[in-house]
Amino acid sequence: MQSNDIILKTTSAIIVFVILAFSVNLFLSGHNAPGGGFIGGLMAAGAFILLYISFGLKTMNKVLKVNFRYFIGVGLMVAFLTGIGSFFFNQPFLSHTFGYFHLPLLGKTELATAMFFDLGVYLTVIGVTMTIILTIAEDRDEDFVEGSK
Amino acid sequence: MLQFAVLAPFLTALFVPFFFRYIRTVHTGWFVLPIPFVLFIYFLSQMGSVSKGINISSVVEWVPSLEMNFSFYLDGLSLLFSLLISGIGALVTLYSIFYLNKNEKLNNFYVFLFIFMGAMLGVVLSDNVYGLYLFWELTSISSFLLIGYWYDREASRYGALKSMVITVLGGLSMLGGFILLSYVTGTTSIREMIAASDQVIDSPYFTGILLLILLGAFTKSAQFPFHIWLPDAMEAPTPVSAFLHSATMVKAGIYLTARLFPIFGGTDLFFILVTGFGLLTLCWGSYMAVRQTDLKAILAFSTISQLGMIMSMLGFGTKAAIFAAIFHIFNHATFKGSLFMVAGIIDHETGTRDIRKLGGLMTLMPISATLAFFGTFSMAGVPLPFFNGFLSKEMFFETSLHITSTSDLVTAIAPIIPVLAVLGSIFTFVYSMYFFFYTFTGNKKDELPVKPHEAPIGMLLSPIVLVVFVIVVGLLPNLINEPILTPAAIAVFGSAPGKHIAFWHGFAPQLYMSLTVVALGTVLFLTLKYWRKIYNWLPGPLSANKVYDFVNEGQYKLAERTTNSYMTGSLRHYVLYILVFLVGATGITLFVTEGFVIETDDLAPISWPEIAVGMVMAIAAFATIVMKNRIAAILVLGIVGYGLSLLFVFFRAPDLALTQLIVETVTVALFLLCFYHLPKLDTKKQPVGSRIVNMAISISVGVLVTMVAIASHSSKKFETIAHYFIKESHHLGGGDNVVNVILVDMRGLDTLFEITVLGIAALGIYAMIRLRKEEETD
Repeated sequence: MQSNDIILKTTSAIIVFVILAFSVNLFLSGHNAPGGGFIGGLMAAGAFILLYISFGLKTMNKVLKVNFRYFIGVGLMVAFLTGIGSFFFNQPFLSHTFGYFHLPLLGKTELATAMFFDLGVYLTVIGVTMTIILTIAEDRDEDFVEGSK
Repeated sequence: MLQFAVLAPFLTALFVPFFFRYIRTVHTGWFVLPIPFVLFIYFLSQMGSVSKGINISSVVEWVPSLEMNFSFYLDGLSLLFSLLISGIGALVTLYSIFYLNKNEKLNNFYVFLFIFMGAMLGVVLSDNVYGLYLFWELTSISSFLLIGYWYDREASRYGALKSMVITVLGGLSMLGGFILLSYVTGTTSIREMIAASDQVIDSPYFTGILLLILLGAFTKSAQFPFHIWLPDAMEAPTPVSAFLHSATMVKAGIYLTARLFPIFGGTDLFFILVTGFGLLTLCWGSYMAVRQTDLKAILAFSTISQLGMIMSMLGFGTKAAIFAAIFHIFNHATFKGSLFMVAGIIDHETGTRDIRKLGGLMTLMPISATLAFFGTFSMAGVPLPFFNGFLSKEMFFETSLHITSTSDLVTAIAPIIPVLAVLGSIFTFVYSMYFFFYTFTGNKKDELPVKPHEAPIGMLLSPIVLVVFVIVVGLLPNLINEPILTPAAIAVFGSAPGKHIAFWHGFAPQLYMSLTVVALGTVLFLTLKYWRKIYNWLPGPLSANKVYDFVNEGQYKLAERTTNSYMTGSLRHYVLYILVFLVGATGITLFVTEGFVIETDDLAPISWPEIAVGMVMAIAAFATIVMKNRIAAILVLGIVGYGLSLLFVFFRAPDLALTQLIVETVTVALFLLCFYHLPKLDTKKQPVGSRIVNMAISISVGVLVTMVAIASHSSKKFETIAHYFIKESHHLGGGDNVVNVILVDMRGLDTLFEITVLGIAALGIYAMIRLRKEEETD
């Protein structure tokens, strides 16, 4: 089956970066504007799914050799370790702090430990969404193959 | 010391399996035999001090905070029972050595027997009601194990289960009585309860306490109609029947009634229940015993009847009656124990216990016949000076004539009592003669499984000892009067009976009663074959056993039918139950507490876009119900989801709106992916009835939830915490997005576990699909 969906593939290749950029923006701005890890993660997953829809499972599995299940573990680990971290400062679990720093290029920037926690959420959500959809999709794919035999 | 006496049999039980395992050449019984003998001697040695009124007590703390202790107390009554338990226990152990083959599972037998012995000693020595209850149930359990000793027989298992069910039923109700009793008196010690007797009688729980405790005593002592377990318990080995079902366990109920007599004695209810059931049991048991053809069954019904007699004497409640009851407890244990052992010998030496197959054994087994002669004639109460049974039976007649009470009710029924006593005794006479003459006289039968011959001396030794007691006590009753009977009577009644037991009382009414019994009994016995047909219509088809079986099987059927009626396996039904309960419980609560109020003070104005979106959502929601196509239903459901995200926008919740938008998309996509696998939507028409029910329930749930929502909005009790979050979000969390600050900072723990839930869900889906695939390829 080789359909000619060049328009889809070309537009996807561009739009994916826009979506990914928007996802990162949602994630980073979450503390002060609508957004955050959850929506950012879902958005990033949406970008990946668009790629899978356009290019197919086989191609994507060759190009993107990422096991999204690890994202779940890593994300949970990051979120949990953020909580553990507050123990080092004699604070209760999951206490956050923030501060303002002068960074090169960005100028005065607010950095909060809550960001690490949100990063955990972000990664977990990507992992969860991708795992669910890819697992079901692969299952369906093989059914197709079995059915055609 | 007392605690060691109770502990000794348990410790022995612990070592029995070692003896059995490693020393196979010697019968295990020999190793354990000394224990009951030593105990017997120990209790004998206490006799002197107890008869002087010096009682021994000892306490071992168990759960002191709940006042549950092993507190033991030895007074006259306990001493009598302890002597019976250890004495007959020793004789039974000796007897069992010859009765049971070395190839039997002797380790089981002696372990169970000694657990029973310890438990029984615990029952009679305990002063703490909870300790008493503990040992009481231990006797039930060990008796269950002993009855089911030959567990490969169907009848043994049936008998064991039956006795267990009935005695544990009584045991549990007794526990209830004890709890009430200790609640009313504020103590767990029986002695202190007795001291607080007035408090118990005046308390509103008195009837409950008495009924519950007597239920325990009646079930254990096989009183009508709970007597049915005892004949079936005859499947146990004969030493067990002799020990448990004649001398000790069945007297536990008697003991309990006697022990608590100082609390309840003298009240009308106690008199009516105990005397009434006692006399009923006496008459019914003796009447039914004549019907039996199995030697042990005759003895079982005889035991039932004798226990009824003792019970009724306790009910009479006069000083003389209590003394007579205690005397008969002793006498019954001696002659019934020996009779059971003789029945066991006959079974052992002829191979059958069926009285129809036996006969003419007198010349073949002269010693057994002699022993049986003394046992049965003593049981019948034949007026000769060397039968102890006659002495106590005459006292029974005498006391039945002298019931005095201030209560009208008691005075009214008092004249019937001697009549019933004589009636029961006539049948007692008949079955005693029946037992003796049908077994030992008459023609010899040839078709016996084993060629009959006299038993070995070891086996005869125990019944001989017991029969010696029958004769000696019959001849010299005052030998045990002073040291044993009087202290026991004092323990029950509180004052000395001052009774001199004599054979000859002159021409008193009780003598005429005894002579009537003998005369009528002889006539009835000689004409036995003519009137025996009476059993065909009384009891005929009537039987408490049938009731037991009906209840026993009926409850299984009922339970099964009930369970099957609602556990249909249909999820539809279960959801139905849950929702009906939800509507019922919440609706009633809302109605009863008058919680439904509508307040319109702080309602926000509604704008047109909101109404429009709401309408669209409602229409879409309704459409999903009537959709015939699954895909279409999902897409229409999507409209509801997007409508919701629009509403979030209107209500100024951008984060929620964004999330809802994406989640809705993902959900719809997932639905579409999954539903591809499902069959076409079931378009089968449901019956109108169930559709109406479903509709009614759905609508009522909807109405209810709406009402709850309105009511909860209308009754806000506290100010919202939201102001704090809005004020402190920037200052404490360093962010202006309050929602996000709450999620990651202020309530970060919730978020942590929510993403954990998501992770688990994803792995779950992955595992389910992958595992299924692996199963398919295997």
